[in-house]
Amino acid sequence: MSTSIPQPMPATAEPITPLAATNTTPRPHRRHYGDRVYRGLLTTLALSLPLLLVAIVAQLLLSSWPAIHKFGLSFIWSSVWDPVTDTYGAAPMIFGTLVSSLLALIMAVPLSLGVAIFLTEFAPRWLRQPVAFLVELLAAIPSVVYGLWGIYVLIPLLRQYAAPPIRAVLGWTPLFNGVFYGNSMLAGGIILAIMIVPYIAAISREVLLAVPATQREAALGLGATRWEAVWGAVLPYGRAGIIGAVMLGLGRALGETMAVTMVIGNRHDIALSLFQPGYTMAAAIANEFTEAQSSMYLSALFEVGLVLFVVTVGVNALARLLVWRVARGAAVGSKAL
Amino acid sequence: MNARVTTRRMKSGFFTGLVLVLCFLAVLPLFLIFADLVHKGASSINWDFFVRIPVPAGQAGGGVANAIVGTLIIVGLACLIGIPIGIGTGLYLAEYGIGRMGWMVRFLADVMNGTPSIVVGIFAWTWFVRPVHHFSALAGGVALAILMVPMLARTTEEMLRLVPHSLREAALALGYPRWRTSLNVIARAALSGIVTGALVGVARVAGETAPLLFTALGNLNFDTNIKEPMQTLSLQIFTYASGPFDDWHRLAWASALVLMSLVLALALAARWATRKRYGT
Amino acid sequence: MAPEGLVQLETRRLSALFGRNVIVREVSLPFPRHTVTAIIGPSGCGKSTFLRCLNRMHELSDGGWATGQVVLDGEDIYGGGIEAVDVRRRIGMVFQRPTPFPTMSIYDNVAAGLRVNGHISRTQMDETVERALHQAALWDEVKDRLKGSAIALSGGQQQRLCVARAVAPAPEVLLLDEPTASLDPAGTQRIEELCTELKRRYTIVIVTHNMQQAARVSDFTAFFYMGRLVEVGATQELFTKPQDPQTEAYITGRFG
Repeated sequence: MSTSIPQPMPATAEPITPLAATNTTPRPHRRHYGDRVYRGLLTTLALSLPLLLVAIVAQLLLSSWPAIHKFGLSFIWSSVWDPVTDTYGAAPMIFGTLVSSLLALIMAVPLSLGVAIFLTEFAPRWLRQPVAFLVELLAAIPSVVYGLWGIYVLIPLLRQYAAPPIRAVLGWTPLFNGVFYGNSMLAGGIILAIMIVPYIAAISREVLLAVPATQREAALGLGATRWEAVWGAVLPYGRAGIIGAVMLGLGRALGETMAVTMVIGNRHDIALSLFQPGYTMAAAIANEFTEAQSSMYLSALFEVGLVLFVVTVGVNALARLLVWRVARGAAVGSKAL
Repeated sequence: MNARVTTRRMKSGFFTGLVLVLCFLAVLPLFLIFADLVHKGASSINWDFFVRIPVPAGQAGGGVANAIVGTLIIVGLACLIGIPIGIGTGLYLAEYGIGRMGWMVRFLADVMNGTPSIVVGIFAWTWFVRPVHHFSALAGGVALAILMVPMLARTTEEMLRLVPHSLREAALALGYPRWRTSLNVIARAALSGIVTGALVGVARVAGETAPLLFTALGNLNFDTNIKEPMQTLSLQIFTYASGPFDDWHRLAWASALVLMSLVLALALAARWATRKRYGT
Repeated sequence: MAPEGLVQLETRRLSALFGRNVIVREVSLPFPRHTVTAIIGPSGCGKSTFLRCLNRMHELSDGGWATGQVVLDGEDIYGGGIEAVDVRRRIGMVFQRPTPFPTMSIYDNVAAGLRVNGHISRTQMDETVERALHQAALWDEVKDRLKGSAIALSGGQQQRLCVARAVAPAPEVLLLDEPTASLDPAGTQRIEELCTELKRRYTIVIVTHNMQQAARVSDFTAFFYMGRLVEVGATQELFTKPQDPQTEAYITGRFG
């Protein structure tokens, strides 16, 4: 240890002037109420959410109670929807919702993963922002614009270029039986697929970005090809999150209204063929709510809304849990338009 | 050994190509839709389109002035209600959101973000239309605000949480009370992100149709009274697209182009708001 | 130590805890007026926690609380009826890393502490900002760009800006928590020079892990180990003739 300790520097002797106009006598102590007011105000505003949700659930239950009481479980499996006799069974629309959403998922998942993997693994740096922006724009297009495009562009395209070959090859299967009606389950599924791709892609991308770089590097260090590193190391790590992303996409597809009702045909019918028209719960409410004459009709539609709400919330809650486990509680997906 | 490596490389190349193709296909509809919007809609955009209101069914001509103004009014109402509550909730979550109530509010915000907008629509009808036996723009604005609040709450919270903890400490050490720290220091630092989130939320509700079907209902006349039914671009597109007249279809495309331009402008504004003002 | 009346700030059997973990154990330490006291000790000895008790920042940490007294000009700042916010306006703090408010200009950063204290006129604020920047030896470098961004400054300049911000509200005591830890040698030297100048106006407590810095800058040095105050004395004496064997072991580099 050195023997010479540096001396602390002596202060120069100069008069000390007070800096600001503060007195040095002990001042009376003020009570600060600002914090309490602020917290109270914010808490009140934040309470709006729980209150709102309770109100919505309560209202749905209340309004659908007459129908629940009258039809019980038959509401779920009966196909009879007859305003004249005031008998309602929602099986076709439940079936249609599930089928159209499933169809959309089958098409959307490969496309979305392609986008997500492209953006995180293969895209050169200068391409990432523009492509991400394009995907965001897809999510920004209003549902009704998709519907418009669906009616006047997609369906004619399908009718002219897609239906004949499909019919030729697969027309014997129950899935593609019969004439292509235009407004069909197939059209509904395709338009839904296009609409949910940006959501699944955006969240998958965030999930993949959250995978530590060491995973990828470890695989590459072992001699894996680029693809093997992605498929074998990165994707499995993010698997839970990607499943969550897919489920979030499913949640969106279930609740989608305008585009679907414009292209799906709106027919109370359970048909196996994708070429036939179909119905979804959201489309039914949109179409028939303002025309519902009797209170039982309205109540039945509210019950449809209740079922839709429960299913969608259930799927979303499960999805958030999965995504949260990988992305650690961030508000993933809320930036996606 | 060499053959195996080559196979693996080929496989890798194949899958890389597949990813590129899938990505291209995913983005393709965007270009198709935009091209169709311009191709089919641009020719109908003229001065008349912006200042005239719809003409009786079957006749040619007319415009969407009422829909444009209606969109602005109803979205404006939604903002007036939804932005303060949404951002306030976000501030709450970031400042006091640890603990049970915070967890619950956050979870419910996520739940509400996934609620189908049609369900919000029938709820708003029951609470704001049926009691007064009257459809109104106000009810439509409230329905849209219900959609906005959970969106804004989460994006605001996320932006606030990004502000480094050290800033909070520096402010507190200066003698800032907690509320001033939260507002003047943290919210101020996160402001551009909060504004972006708000713009994104506005863009989303501007295009909504389902919740307005039973609240604002639509109106073929020019009416700015918010207690009356009102037309929006989205409702107009829906009505015209589903109708039988070719002229209506033409106007639907033009309206869609205008609506899409509005949404695009908001999305670009949101991007602009997060540009770096000072270099780091 | 120093005679009564010359002590501005003093802790009396101050203990700081996180939940049930005792971090600082019954420390009684006076800080004489217009002196610089350095607090040294190995990592984890509780010196930063102790410092944060002096302006009631410790209680802001999760589970943090303190017992004992901290007496500022005769008043216990932990006493009933005293708001922590008021305490922090009389005791300023500068942190390890420079933390200018990024969306505010240089002027607004310095004035930040003034605005919470109620209304002062524009001219008074201008004068105060200028004097604070002079005291922080930053005025000449920024006088032409007061409205410019604070984060465009270099690290050393930002830290001096934080000093200016801390002194602008005319606190009585200035706490420095390893203020030169993230600075280069030139920046470090300037901050050390500042300490010497500033002690004419304020009582300064500086936590440092750099013994040479403590020796250069302080009048008194306190050595902490495992949460206890082991020894305190005039810097010269502590470094040349430490009383406690633990102090000597630390100073001679046998641990820490």
